[in-house]
Amino acid sequence: MNPKTLTTLKSLEHIDKRWIFLSVALAVLVPLLIPFKMQLPVSQPTKNFYNHIESLPEGSMVLLSCDYDPGSKAELYPMTEATLRHLFRRNIRIVILSLWPAGPPMVELALNTIIEERGQDKKYGVDYVNLGFKEGREAVIVSMGRSIRDAFPEDYHGNSISELRLMSDVLNYSSFPLFINLSVGYPGVKEYVQYAQSRFKLTLIAGAGAVSVPELSAYMQSGQLSGMLMGIAGCAEYEQLLEERGLALTFMNAQSVGHVLIILLIIIGNILFFIIRREEKI
Amino acid sequence: MMDTLWIWISAALTLMIMSFLYKDNPFFKIAEHLFIGLAAGYVIAIQFFNVFKPNLWNPLVAGENWWLLIPLTLGLMMFTRFFPKIAWISRWPLAYMVGIYSGLAVIGFTEGDLMRQVQASVVPPISVEALSGFAGNPGVLTALNMTSNPIIVFGLICILIYFFFSLEHRGTAGFFARVGTGLLMVGFGAGYGYTVMTRIALLIDRFYFLISDWLRIV
Repeated sequence: MNPKTLTTLKSLEHIDKRWIFLSVALAVLVPLLIPFKMQLPVSQPTKNFYNHIESLPEGSMVLLSCDYDPGSKAELYPMTEATLRHLFRRNIRIVILSLWPAGPPMVELALNTIIEERGQDKKYGVDYVNLGFKEGREAVIVSMGRSIRDAFPEDYHGNSISELRLMSDVLNYSSFPLFINLSVGYPGVKEYVQYAQSRFKLTLIAGAGAVSVPELSAYMQSGQLSGMLMGIAGCAEYEQLLEERGLALTFMNAQSVGHVLIILLIIIGNILFFIIRREEKI
Repeated sequence: MMDTLWIWISAALTLMIMSFLYKDNPFFKIAEHLFIGLAAGYVIAIQFFNVFKPNLWNPLVAGENWWLLIPLTLGLMMFTRFFPKIAWISRWPLAYMVGIYSGLAVIGFTEGDLMRQVQASVVPPISVEALSGFAGNPGVLTALNMTSNPIIVFGLICILIYFFFSLEHRGTAGFFARVGTGLLMVGFGAGYGYTVMTRIALLIDRFYFLISDWLRIV
């Protein structure tokens, strides 16, 4: 190889990373501006998540823990909206809580969006309750196994639990045939598996940020998790099953193009590395 | 009107944070410090109204649970850290918390993780269910399904050998350890892929906010 080409290749290896930022930004932005239609194959964990909710009889209760904050909104908020849509569509009563301080406002936002979308047909305190945040992490998870009222004497809006009709049917985990956890870190799915699922024999399904998926997959294989939405792709598959286009399906175009670009950059980087190493050896 | 104002503030702060990708600058610093200050203030407020008031203060004022004076005292003891001469008192509530969480963690890990994961790893090398699945419906997916158990058993053995440092990784042990390393790399690769997925999703969410809520292009 002539020295000029080698120098060019070396300069490419040390390209200003801002060019990479710009290319990723364009790869993400263009598909958002010019969307295209994609058909996604639905994975088994997503099907299980969907089927567990579908199998619940109308009027039954679900406990939903939304353990995330605005930092993970991109993945978990579309899951919250999609799950609420599904649960309300099936006329399932929902008790929502959060072990993250910034979780309850995200829940409120999702609830308001979906309730408005449905034409205000669901009543607070009868069809759903937002218990808000509670500090204590694992201690709260364990104490809810004894009594949810003791852990949450008031809801997010400061109402006493005894004033809410829905809560009169709630004792502890045993009041819920299904527990759903949407989370991205600590405390989250892992803690619920360790401290609640195993001890109180819950049927637990989860939606997780993609970054947590490799760690949580072991719980799917062991049967401790009965279904899982794996990142934004999992949520898009779920929206496809629901036949309702939500945020995740809108995001998937950009996600796919972004991934293709990252894969290309990794391949180009490796090719450059090996070519330069070979030339330098010669 | 207020919604529009908040959208403009959010968009400005998003752009200020993103400006760091070009280079460090005062706009990024302002947004960063604002975020840290707001987050700290928010957490204190929410802890007070959602935890301290309903779980401790209200029942105490109502004279319902006098035993709650114990956690209140333990909580107050934490503040002795601000006074060097009596700072040692704060070790008592700290010891109590460490004890509680250690006890919880031991049970949680043993029951929820260790036992169940060991149990899930002990599988027959050949799954009769997968074999009959392939026989009934021959195809790529059912064929791949048959490889699941052998990979779990063989992979687990190889990775355990890699972490068995009392044995020199040479000869047969070396071979299995190298296979174990390869399988670990596959695991790390999957982890990296999923991390990229999360980071790209964060970027998409912010861009979507900018072009939909702020600029209203889509």
